[in-house]
Amino acid sequence: MQPTSLAFKETARRALDDAQLQRALLNMKPGFQQRRAGTVAKLPEFDALRDQARAIKNHTLANLDHYLTRFEAQVQAAGGHVHWAATAQEATDIVVALCRAAGARTVTKGKSMVAEEIALNDALQAAGFHPLETDLGEYIIQLRDECPSHIIAPALHLTRQQITRTFQEAHTHLPADRPLDEPRQLTDEARAVLRDGFLGADVGITGANFLVAETGSTVIVTNEGNGDLTQTLPKTHIVVSSIEKVVPTLEDTTTILRLLARSATGQEFSAYTTFSTGPRRADDPDGPEAFHVVLVDNGRAALLATEAAEALRCIRCGACMNHCPVYGAVGGHAYGWVVPGPIGAALDPGLIGVETARHLPNASTFCGRCESVCPMRIPLTTIMRHWRTQEHARKLSPGRIRWGLGVWAYVAARPRLYRLCTRLGVAAMAWVGRRRGHLRRWPGAEGWTRYRDLPAPQGGTFVDRWQRGERGAPARETGR
Amino acid sequence: MSLADASAAARARIFATLGKSLSAGRLAAATDGATADPAAADARIAARPRGIRPARVDRDPAGLIALFVEQAVAVQATVARLAKPDAVPQAVADYLAEHNQPARLRCAPQRWLTGLDWAATALEVSQGPAAADDTASLTGAVVGVAETGTLMLASGPAGPTTLNFLPDTHIVALRAEQVVASYEDGWDRIRAAGPMPRTVNMITGPSRTGDIEQVIQLGAHGPRRLHILLIGEAAAGSAR
Repeated sequence: MQPTSLAFKETARRALDDAQLQRALLNMKPGFQQRRAGTVAKLPEFDALRDQARAIKNHTLANLDHYLTRFEAQVQAAGGHVHWAATAQEATDIVVALCRAAGARTVTKGKSMVAEEIALNDALQAAGFHPLETDLGEYIIQLRDECPSHIIAPALHLTRQQITRTFQEAHTHLPADRPLDEPRQLTDEARAVLRDGFLGADVGITGANFLVAETGSTVIVTNEGNGDLTQTLPKTHIVVSSIEKVVPTLEDTTTILRLLARSATGQEFSAYTTFSTGPRRADDPDGPEAFHVVLVDNGRAALLATEAAEALRCIRCGACMNHCPVYGAVGGHAYGWVVPGPIGAALDPGLIGVETARHLPNASTFCGRCESVCPMRIPLTTIMRHWRTQEHARKLSPGRIRWGLGVWAYVAARPRLYRLCTRLGVAAMAWVGRRRGHLRRWPGAEGWTRYRDLPAPQGGTFVDRWQRGERGAPARETGR
Repeated sequence: MSLADASAAARARIFATLGKSLSAGRLAAATDGATADPAAADARIAARPRGIRPARVDRDPAGLIALFVEQAVAVQATVARLAKPDAVPQAVADYLAEHNQPARLRCAPQRWLTGLDWAATALEVSQGPAAADDTASLTGAVVGVAETGTLMLASGPAGPTTLNFLPDTHIVALRAEQVVASYEDGWDRIRAAGPMPRTVNMITGPSRTGDIEQVIQLGAHGPRRLHILLIGEAAAGSAR
């Protein structure tokens, strides 16, 4: 996938004007947000588990080389193969070579964000294979030739009417007048169509939610069961995973699993959590004969040395984007890269460059809701602020903005000058708005006044009022 | 360059970068002083410390069974209580009839299940891994986890993984003493049984999806129905 993050302002504006998208985004609140809140309330230990999970992942990242070595040895001991890829290109080369060696034609895929990141489907298609996405959401967007708009609900941006149209256009072997309006009918149709894909596949590719160093197991967490059919039926199972997914033990995996589904979909536990260790054993009646793990770096090892290192604790639950007012307004596609939302704004500049992703850390109100729900306690706003600082220091932002910030900084660092300026500004605004009580236009604030009025200030600046001893009771509690 | 050589070269590059990043000290500052300590890492794998166990599982065996049933039902599994394994064939036949399912069953090759008196039912029973046209399966499980109503199943000669996913109906026979408090108890039993199996499935209710407008639909790709036959009663008085 090619990042389009640099066009964020344009893509975001288009998203705001997209009525279908806006309708689809409305499902987020009753869906993700309320379900999560209800489930978390049922587990009093939730916050203590977050602390433990954070410590586990910090320890693992600090010893990442050691745990990766251990994981590799355990996969090999179980009869599997480990392949290393420093770049996206290396990763797709490996998977293509493995599919060739397996004599594959059809390749089924479970949902994998790393596969999206390295553009695996494009590489497989270019090499003459037929990759088939089997997660319902991924299947829908594959038919539409789109990218996922959410890391756990790839088709979140679509309404059922759009999906109905997509299936009518794609499944031409079925009667054109079949009833296909309800989610039930759409799900059943996808189930029937994809069943043949599962049974005919030569290679199954999945991602991994975790890599367990203790046992050499890869773990997938799903609800549909497509990942399990993908990895159980074909002769070859290929796991594509980024290197930071490793955790020490089955117990550590379990601790983090207690957070994952609750944070993601608001389930207590996902329907299917599957641990895969090596290929089928000599006396196993089914399962793949070959097991390959492709470990992808693609910038993560270097990211460990930056202020964004903590973003590597991410377990891709999606809670941050589910609760983000900006994501909720523009959806995932506007971000222009695989991981959208607050975690995307924290990770993407480190992985695709500040030059390309510089708008994303600015696409935040810094309300902190993302941090308050992050199960791994990633300081998302701190990391975004770090990227903003980088953007400024490296002169990537427009000169006008840097000049404006420079002026503001000069004034703000000189209290007497600052007070004088604010006093004059407040007085001017109060005078202009003296009749209506609000301002219809104000130079420099057009972004606000184009859509609504700006209330006129009353009673002088905050500093003046404070010095006069005004200490009115706060209007309401601030919730932090 | 061969696949193996390219992979080895990439590995060397990744580890060189990792070495540089980890020694930069920046990470420790970001992560409350978590530092590189191979001995501590090895010790962690050897000791396998458990995390917090939710208080909801602080119950006696009968209480755990009640919680397991409650949690399984909450995720749209169904549970039938049976006094003895002998009752399994009739319970399976009744369940399939009730749901208008074909009277055919693919059974996991476990003696305690295959050896039951299936002839007394009208079911056509075979054993082994599932094929595309198998409509119902019967398997065992390693444990049932009370915490969330989760079943843990291990692959092996007696546990074909396809039985858990291909058929429309998955029936699991679980003995009361197999109901444990938490997932960690399940790991202990799996470790005690030998090396890590190729596949361990944690199954919590039937297959589902919310990919279309976040409306939950059961039976996305895996089983549409998950039915648990819970056999026997809790051992009296042995509090955990």
